[in-house]
Amino acid sequence: MTPNTKRRDFLKVALIMGLAGSTFATGLFAPRYVLAGWNRKAFESKHVNDALKNGFGSLDIVMSDNINIEAPDIAANGAIVPVSVVAKLSAVEAIALLSEKNPRPLGAIFHPRAGIRPKMSVRIKMGQSGDVIAIVKSEGKLYMARRSIKVTAGGCA
Amino acid sequence: MSKKNIKIRARLKNGVTNVKTLISHPMETGLRKDKKSGRTIPAHFIQEVNCLHNGELKLSTELGISVSRNPYLQFELEGGAKGDTLELTWRDNWGKTDTATAQIK
Repeated sequence: MTPNTKRRDFLKVALIMGLAGSTFATGLFAPRYVLAGWNRKAFESKHVNDALKNGFGSLDIVMSDNINIEAPDIAANGAIVPVSVVAKLSAVEAIALLSEKNPRPLGAIFHPRAGIRPKMSVRIKMGQSGDVIAIVKSEGKLYMARRSIKVTAGGCA
Repeated sequence: MSKKNIKIRARLKNGVTNVKTLISHPMETGLRKDKKSGRTIPAHFIQEVNCLHNGELKLSTELGISVSRNPYLQFELEGGAKGDTLELTWRDNWGKTDTATAQIK
């Protein structure tokens, strides 16, 4: 049965080579689209205003009733606080979510393209009670909403 | 990456696709200390998440350390159809990436 086992070995090698080849190929062609990139300065900012300045280049932000933050008033577990931002604004380019009292307030920036509704949900950590801030960039202008959340057990320990 | 580290659920209802995604990741802040050794636990968190609909980039997301462990993201897509492909890719601060696809149901 030697020829058969040899054939088997050959097939095995061919399979492994094929797999390796395809992994290489996907690696080579992985960046199929240009990423927005990660805004290190904004995410490493320790204060809300710095994060906003670094993230949006401006502090010219208007409070808006057209942004609704859906979240529990009291979060039993600060490690997982579900927060949704719903914006009734047109041409939304970006939605950012910050937790004011966190050591690094900026949690997330969403960049929705055409076809994505300006409504995002995410779970964030909160070290202590404080305000959650939503920033929405619509038609080139910045809008903001706040909501106070009471945290009974902090989520950063 | 044979383990299921990304879960995607996309359901079409009244012309809008509700997309729920869950990624397994520690989202370590880099600010915590190991209680035994007293050493800082190195930061390890997802920085970018991108979602493609039929190969077209629809949502790019930047995440920071304030996002909870095992990040959960939910959003709504207009103009999707049953059977369309959604692809989710993430990249963390260690340069690791993972991708998963799902069909709209």
